[in-house]
Amino acid sequence: MSSAVPEAAVAYDVAALRRDFPILAAKVYGKPLVYLDNAASAQKPRQVIDAERDVYERCYANIHRGVHWLSVHATDNYDAAREKTRRFVNARDAREIVFVRGTTEAVNLVAQTYGRQHVGPGDEVLVTGLEHHSNIVPWQMLCEEKGARLAVAPLDDAGDVDLAALERLLTPRTRIVSVAHLSNALGTVLPVRRIAELAHARGVPVFVDGAQAAPRMPVDVQALGCDFYAFSSHKLYGPTGVGVLYGRAELLEAMPPYQGGGDMIRSVTFEKTTYNALPFKFEAGTPNIAGGIAFGAALDYVSAIGLDRIAAHEHDLLACATARLSEIEGLRIVGTAREKAGVLSFVVEGVHPHDIGTVLDREGIAIRTGHHCAQPVMDRYGLPATARASFGLYNTRDEVDALAAAIHKVIRMFR
Amino acid sequence: MSSDLRDLYQEVILDHAKRPRNFHAMPAAGRQAEGYNPLCGDRETVFLDLDGEVLKDVSFQGAGCAISTASASMMTESVKGKTRAEADALFERFHDLITGKPDAAGGPELGKLAVFSGVREYPVRVKCATLPWHTLKAALAGAAAPVSSESEGPAAESGGA
Repeated sequence: MSSAVPEAAVAYDVAALRRDFPILAAKVYGKPLVYLDNAASAQKPRQVIDAERDVYERCYANIHRGVHWLSVHATDNYDAAREKTRRFVNARDAREIVFVRGTTEAVNLVAQTYGRQHVGPGDEVLVTGLEHHSNIVPWQMLCEEKGARLAVAPLDDAGDVDLAALERLLTPRTRIVSVAHLSNALGTVLPVRRIAELAHARGVPVFVDGAQAAPRMPVDVQALGCDFYAFSSHKLYGPTGVGVLYGRAELLEAMPPYQGGGDMIRSVTFEKTTYNALPFKFEAGTPNIAGGIAFGAALDYVSAIGLDRIAAHEHDLLACATARLSEIEGLRIVGTAREKAGVLSFVVEGVHPHDIGTVLDREGIAIRTGHHCAQPVMDRYGLPATARASFGLYNTRDEVDALAAAIHKVIRMFR
Repeated sequence: MSSDLRDLYQEVILDHAKRPRNFHAMPAAGRQAEGYNPLCGDRETVFLDLDGEVLKDVSFQGAGCAISTASASMMTESVKGKTRAEADALFERFHDLITGKPDAAGGPELGKLAVFSGVREYPVRVKCATLPWHTLKAALAGAAAPVSSESEGPAAESGGA
């Protein structure tokens, strides 16, 4: 099940890395694909695609059930992916790694278990103004059910969270703080460690939405000091339908199960069910077995390159793109936080982002346009939408040049 | 501009997008409706002065992409003075045009609206072009709730990161 270490990992040879991603050879409308929509989802290297196919061709059966050879080996491989995930985020114990469908399900899981247990009438859940809808709506649903209140730490004009305001919003009624590690709409990196210190000083646990950060920077949940950390495989060059919830074991132990079903039980009678140990208590039903194993291959892939080097590469691209786009008259970058990563949102005077997206598409350039599932962020800056370029480990400076050239073309067209 | 982009963004469309006609509020018009496209965040309000069955005056306001703004602008010009039934028939014909359905015999003349034929090559942009028309229909029906472009059928995209 081991996936080959990418040769390009030795030096950061982006051309060699690109050859690992079959889709990057595609042409769109006769033009080479320039994929700059990585914050929505990343493309998959051959190592991941092969790993998933390999499961079905050589080693597939249901896990945690059978005595037969296939089941035992499929179980071993799935458990190995959990151990790889533990290492990836530096959790203390693989029991703290719960496999879910994605970051969204992880937020819902914690809101519906820890949240329902601890949040009552008049209590507060604290988020920030830059959250993705998936880190707003599950908490809103919980607050509505419990008669609790969603408090929101505001943003400044640059897109940084106002930490002093966040601290003031930590009240005796705050039951949980839930923040993004990296904003999908603005590219802001949040000072998660500091936020965790502030919250913990008041005995409040912290959930971190790491969907954008996990593919872009090294994550160490112990160093961050967070209580929960969630991310998705599909943004991390792995398959769709797999995600991770890290939770501190003490918290997970005390939480009720999320869904009932097979695999999450120890024993069942019609009178009483006792639940399984961690993490299985939270993993009812047959999981995405092949996807989970292939996610392990994705972790192998990025770990072999090194998240610190991927971060440095994307930092270079972001700096380069920021410089190139800043030169364009009438273009305004939305989100100029002190620390940013991987994501560049912008608007062009007199041109709607949707029209930018269509023209760029015909140049083979895939970007995201719209509200990025962060409508409160758009409202904060008084914008209906932005255009967003977001980078991955395989993007190049030439692609940044292509982006800048295409934006010039858009402006010529609409002015 | 490549030739197929020129099919979508025809000069007439770009002109209406930059200088939309009938682009003002008519608070005294009696009827209005709000349209919203969650895909791109477009919002426009259509104002309607209905005299019996005749659309005496139509205007709009809001912020949208070039396609939805031009479509709204040209719609207001096209339906002004028409009856409700004529406006409905025109929308049907327009809808067929931009979704690539073959011409039905005996329909109303599209006139200038024919410049939107290029939209058929851009399925995700159909909602942009139809948003003002759906909003006009809502104003005609006296609907109170905002209409969404999602009434155009399955969302091309409304989620994701």
